[in-house]
Amino acid sequence: MNDALLKAENILKVYPNGIVANRGVNFEVQKGEIHALIGENGAGKSTLMKILFGIETPEEGTITLNGQEVSIDSPKKAISLGIGMVHQHFMLVDSLSIAENIALGHEPLQRGMFLDRDKIVKQAGELAERYHFEIDVNRVVRDASVGVKQKAEILKALARGAQILILDEPTAVLTPQETRELFVELTTLRQEGYTIIFISHKLKEVMEICDRITIMRHGRTVDTCLVKDTSPEEISRKMVGRDVVLHIEKQPAKRGDVCLETRSVTCENVFGKRVLDALNMRLRSGEVLGVAGVEGNGQSELAEILFGLRQPSSGEVLIKGSRIGRLNPSGCRRCKVAYIPEDRMRIGVAARESILSNMLIDKVDRYLRGPFLKEKEMNRDAEKLLAEFTVLARTVDTPAGMLSGGNIQKVVAAREMTEEAQIIIAEQPTRGIDPGASEIIRRKLLELRDKGAAVLLISADLNEILEMSDGVIVLHEGKINGYFPDTTALTEEELGYYMLGVKKQSRESVEAALCG
Amino acid sequence: MNFWEYVFTPSFAYSVIRVSTPLVLATLGVVITSKAGITNIGMEGVMLTSALAAVFGSAFSGNIWVGLLAAILCGIAASLLLGYLSMQLKVDGALACIVFNNMAIGGTVFAMYTVTQDKGNTISLHSGSLPQIQIPILKEIPVLGEIFSNHNVLSYAALLLTVVICVLLSKTALGLRIQAAGEAPQALSSVGVDLKTVRYTALGISGLLGGIGGAFMSMGYVSWFSRDMVAGRGFIALAADAMGNSNPVGAVLSAMLFAMAEALSFTLQTTSIPPELVQMLPYLVTIIGLITYSIKKSRSRSGKSIVSN
Repeated sequence: MNDALLKAENILKVYPNGIVANRGVNFEVQKGEIHALIGENGAGKSTLMKILFGIETPEEGTITLNGQEVSIDSPKKAISLGIGMVHQHFMLVDSLSIAENIALGHEPLQRGMFLDRDKIVKQAGELAERYHFEIDVNRVVRDASVGVKQKAEILKALARGAQILILDEPTAVLTPQETRELFVELTTLRQEGYTIIFISHKLKEVMEICDRITIMRHGRTVDTCLVKDTSPEEISRKMVGRDVVLHIEKQPAKRGDVCLETRSVTCENVFGKRVLDALNMRLRSGEVLGVAGVEGNGQSELAEILFGLRQPSSGEVLIKGSRIGRLNPSGCRRCKVAYIPEDRMRIGVAARESILSNMLIDKVDRYLRGPFLKEKEMNRDAEKLLAEFTVLARTVDTPAGMLSGGNIQKVVAAREMTEEAQIIIAEQPTRGIDPGASEIIRRKLLELRDKGAAVLLISADLNEILEMSDGVIVLHEGKINGYFPDTTALTEEELGYYMLGVKKQSRESVEAALCG
Repeated sequence: MNFWEYVFTPSFAYSVIRVSTPLVLATLGVVITSKAGITNIGMEGVMLTSALAAVFGSAFSGNIWVGLLAAILCGIAASLLLGYLSMQLKVDGALACIVFNNMAIGGTVFAMYTVTQDKGNTISLHSGSLPQIQIPILKEIPVLGEIFSNHNVLSYAALLLTVVICVLLSKTALGLRIQAAGEAPQALSSVGVDLKTVRYTALGISGLLGGIGGAFMSMGYVSWFSRDMVAGRGFIALAADAMGNSNPVGAVLSAMLFAMAEALSFTLQTTSIPPELVQMLPYLVTIIGLITYSIKKSRSRSGKSIVSN
């Protein structure tokens, strides 16, 4: 295990818009290892992987495979060299079965022209069995869970003879159980001699499964080391160039009046299934109320109802004690409700508009002189926000869509988390973004809490829930399955039991504790 | 006047099949491109240029089959040109198609005038028409024979091609790739299949179908080319494709529905209803069909979004 299997040296990549994504990057993987590539958003990990997979070509630098210099100018070439990539956004055809997706591009035929469907299924089944993937290859992708889709992607790459697998943040979309399954599968693949490049933000996972780790920062590779010789603290220091506090220090909550209340809020989907079932909850000023739950148990619906994006089938929402009737986003904003949506690219920002527009769009009234905008003041204020939230961008006129995920989220946060916000609905505020940006957003949330704002924190990151929240509710099948007014003694395992419905508190006791 | 007396006759059913032929062919052409992820607004122009090519081909060679071949080649070339404009030169697809359609209207008249010194039609060329086929045995059966026998050879071709396209889309590797190209182009690229190749192939097949449809207009429906003779059939095909949700069978059935309205409008022209109103009928049915379809779709879509959330 000494010679590098795949080696990239002195890679320089400058995008047409002048952004230097990779500079002097050196990266090498050995056969049969799981190698982590870790770094903040915008550190250049994705660019490096795109270069190795032939989606981008570098301006300078050499790539060698098995000691031979190669030029990877297209994904097709990469595949023929035995490099496969599992993208964060799955490249699957929804209406086809998993087997068909695996066969796509090298379809087995019968009588020279017709698809051999039996063989398609058989080959896919054999492949799954060989690598111990528990998966129904006849399932249509549309109906498959995220975890299954990911397995399909991995099988797709293996079916094309990939020896090196690049996984782009594979665990970002998985439940803890699915993550564990994935890790078992990856370990099996390693034993069979496959090489895996694992891109991740989650230090804990990297420490658990990887053999070596390469850290990137600001487009450069900072260090490569053996995982067993390092510590999470050391890695995060190298990643962000400063010490990230993994545990946020916070003052005990000073709970005040009830700000937001739901009374028997029920939400049904078209099939009459109750996504939210007579939900009663209260959010008080000065507290962070965490909402935990396995995805799809009513969290998104709750957030959308509270911000007026969706109407409940029955029940009502009270903001600061008064009935608002039919809620809508502008009414919510007038009531000082702020919303950090989960889907930041679609709902969070207007990607083509400038950072300035995105930050100030809800405050335009303040910058009016007659019918005209006071552009100088807007510029000044936007720049202030840019600095306050350390958004990495040249100017406030840069389109928001050009930024990396973490920086986009900072723009959303800069708009929503103003001093005036009294109720903040934060839906997955730090999902998929780097530790630096996460930390800023978390700090800001706590800062506003200390100033008396009420924060509803919906998150799939249990660590974040436990770190941030003063109280936690667990949603399971549209009901509150448990309420924990104090999180200090609460563990991830305990929360997990409630999330999966293994343990539950009675409705009466939850409501007595939460709404009493 | 008894309306139903006009409709429940074998000759009405016969005329439905006759007028449906170009619609069905155009619809199949639109279906295959829309499966591949291309909204083929250019079908109208493809058919129009092919219709003229058919007339020229058969008039100059003296052979009607050369005319059909010319129409097919013209259709394929026109369709590939649209692909070249949008995929290679990166012109907005819809704009390229609209420009092409307008160019086809003017261009065919120009070509026709250059050759025949007539701006209205090519009757003077005596280009001939494709044969009608008597089906043995079937033609002897009363009613059925009247309805299904003695159609133009291309009407039977349309039927056959419907089956061929169904099989192509559902049973071949190309069909699988076309579906992927329309639904998840990045999935195709991720397995190393060239997206453009797949789309060009779909466009080529679409051009072939549009070419046959165009040939039917000028060598089956009538035996000459006249200015703007396709009269929106390419657009109605788009509507049929949308209504059939790009499923070839559904789209062809929608096309038949529109054909029925068209046949009805011919029949009703003999009555006292103002002909201007009657001529609106096929287009009116198209609009009603599209509205019905979109209501249905928006309902099922809202359902989906709730579930997937």
